Amino acid sequence: MSRNLALFAGVALLFVLTGMFQSWNLSLSILNMALLSAIMAMGVNIQWGYAGLFNTGIMGFTALGGLAVVLVSSRPVPEGWAAGGWSIVLGLLLGAATIAAAVMASKRMKKGALRNLAVAIILVVGFLAYRAVLDPAVEAVEAFNPATFGNIGGLGLPSLIAWPVGALFAAAAAWAVGKVALGLRSDYLAIATLGIAEIVIQVLKNEDWLTRGVKNITQLPRPWPVPLEVDLQNSATFLGWAERFGADPVGLSTIFVKLLYAMLFALVLLFVIWMSERALHSPWGRMMRAIRDNEVAAAAMGKNVTKRHLQVFIIGCAIVGFAGAMMTSMENQMVPGTYNPLRYTFLIWVMVVVGGSGNNWGSVLGALLIGWLWLIVESLGPAVMGQITSVMSEGPLKAHLIDSAPHMRLLTLGVILLLVLRFNPRGLIPEK
Amino acid sequence: MDLLNASITFLNFVFVPGLAYGAQLALGALGVTLIYGILRFSNFAHGDTMAFGTMVTIYATWGLQAAGITLGVLPTALLGLPVGIIATALLVLLTDVLIYKFYRKKKAVPTILVMVSLGVMFVMNGIVRLFIGVEEQDFSDGARFLISAGDFKKWTGLSEGLAIKSTQAITVIVAVIVVAWLFWFLQKTRTGKSMRAFSDNEDLALLSGINPDRVVQVTWIIAAALATIAGVLYGLDKSFKPFVYFQLLLPIFAAAIVGGLGNPLGAIAGGFVIAFSEVMVTYAWKKVLTYALPESMAPDSLVQLLTTDYKFAVSFTILILVLLVMPTGLFKGKSV
Repeated sequence: MSRNLALFAGVALLFVLTGMFQSWNLSLSILNMALLSAIMAMGVNIQWGYAGLFNTGIMGFTALGGLAVVLVSSRPVPEGWAAGGWSIVLGLLLGAATIAAAVMASKRMKKGALRNLAVAIILVVGFLAYRAVLDPAVEAVEAFNPATFGNIGGLGLPSLIAWPVGALFAAAAAWAVGKVALGLRSDYLAIATLGIAEIVIQVLKNEDWLTRGVKNITQLPRPWPVPLEVDLQNSATFLGWAERFGADPVGLSTIFVKLLYAMLFALVLLFVIWMSERALHSPWGRMMRAIRDNEVAAAAMGKNVTKRHLQVFIIGCAIVGFAGAMMTSMENQMVPGTYNPLRYTFLIWVMVVVGGSGNNWGSVLGALLIGWLWLIVESLGPAVMGQITSVMSEGPLKAHLIDSAPHMRLLTLGVILLLVLRFNPRGLIPEK
Repeated sequence: MDLLNASITFLNFVFVPGLAYGAQLALGALGVTLIYGILRFSNFAHGDTMAFGTMVTIYATWGLQAAGITLGVLPTALLGLPVGIIATALLVLLTDVLIYKFYRKKKAVPTILVMVSLGVMFVMNGIVRLFIGVEEQDFSDGARFLISAGDFKKWTGLSEGLAIKSTQAITVIVAVIVVAWLFWFLQKTRTGKSMRAFSDNEDLALLSGINPDRVVQVTWIIAAALATIAGVLYGLDKSFKPFVYFQLLLPIFAAAIVGGLGNPLGAIAGGFVIAFSEVMVTYAWKKVLTYALPESMAPDSLVQLLTTDYKFAVSFTILILVLLVMPTGLFKGKSV
């Protein structure tokens, strides 16, 4: 126990040192991202540590959370919605109904050529109807003032409501993927989730009516209770505080906002930890670990392995979606181009493995440590590389080395992952 | 109605590009499927192995070009290819000794090996970005077209041209040679037979005196060669960009699974199934249909089922369908 406390204290020291030697602003930004990553790592740990499910689509579920923020809390565009909002909804419902009908037909009908024909006809007719309804509506929506809008807009509701919606979106996608890929070979889930993540990102990048695509959605509202820096700088109370501490109001306001975010995220993180610890120590948690350790034995005891796997997969993805929504809220914008599988999927995996898969506190520690490392190298890497190459003469090689410093982190993380898997596969804080 | 021009358009925009892309995917999927059959895990580092091999080949090509050595009408990269293959083979053999061997001896479960391959993927990805950067590199030289659209029109007098890029022709020819060699190797040689025996039943193969280390080494070398060839052909045909190679993992895995993981014949079939569906679903059929249908029925819209941005959705959908209907793939794969 004292060892774990020492580990957490060590990581805390890293953040304090960053604050003292670099800037508190940087330290707090890293902390906020690390806290969000910690929540995502908890979601992954539930899937991997409790049940042994290998999800390589974390990026997609993160992005779905972000999509929820866009739809729930971005400002409404009544003209855009009026141009074709309901038709788009109808089109999407038609698409869903087509798939449902095809599934029904293939389940209810007898095997044979007739069934194949029926399914094919349903799919073709349904697809044509879906495109016939959706295409003109999308065109109409995107035609409205494309420089500023061109989308259906959001509901303009507070961000806090968007977060659980993000979890719901991710859970729905997880249900669809899990229903197909679970119960087969374990590798298939990894490949299917890799695919769904890529498709989600492509949808966000290309469906302008939904997220304005690569034109990005900005000015998403702050979640309660975080104020805007400008408002703080204009408030008399805040200026009074700044005077009392003798601090620059502009600098203090950014730090104050980041501190509020950190507290908000820490609260959510603690809640998630509490919930998953409760789950882990309940009969349900024991059942999950029994299934993980020996699926055949658990199935023989009457446990429905595939169903439990689906359940735990959905829960884990929902947590990731929640964190994804929080991240989009914090950044105040939705930029589909920034979602990168190395950063949002595989980095989270490194966090879980390094921290200790199967142990919630381990995942949190891993997320804080690796999150710190990842972002500090981003800001320090070029400087360090500059130092290393300072003895070299000016030339293309030196310029190339300094330019490539940011790529060092992929290499470093890969080596860390391999070393941990090889020499300390149970992680920093092993499962009890 | 003009069926001749319709079929030429179809050949030009669908069949020829699909054939070349299918050959590239098939070579990639063969590597994945061989590793799966012998080493029994899905190698997530395969896309980045392709990128590494291509990178070395590009450097060799640049070196040759600087020295004034070219292949005339053929791309110089074909001369650089052996260098890329040797470097990649050495790298994967090194990763095997340093990393995979430990888990093989321990008989680790496949998911752990997949996770280890993620680590290898990170390292290879980092190496590639460190050396050549993330930018797009074009390294093809030599003649651009075997048949250009203009020449074709002049010869035939048709209004539609059929262009065959020399890279597309080279892709198909190289793929045919490689696949023929691979099947000869697996069917006829002692080492190939021992590989198949090892893949079918490891214990039985060990009992009959097959040296597992040798089988594994040969598998890695062949996989590295296949990955490099696939990567170089893809890079010549389109262009080289590290992230695109990482993204190729999805269609390659889809091809291997659709064909049946562990089955080489299946990997080839899977590659073409994925490639042709991708091209056909994302192609705008307006031109072909305008030629093929009577004038009164000519379409106004593009008749494009999905935009090219969603090409991953195609391989994903096929993957899902195969998993639902026949989880072992078109040709019988190893296991569910």
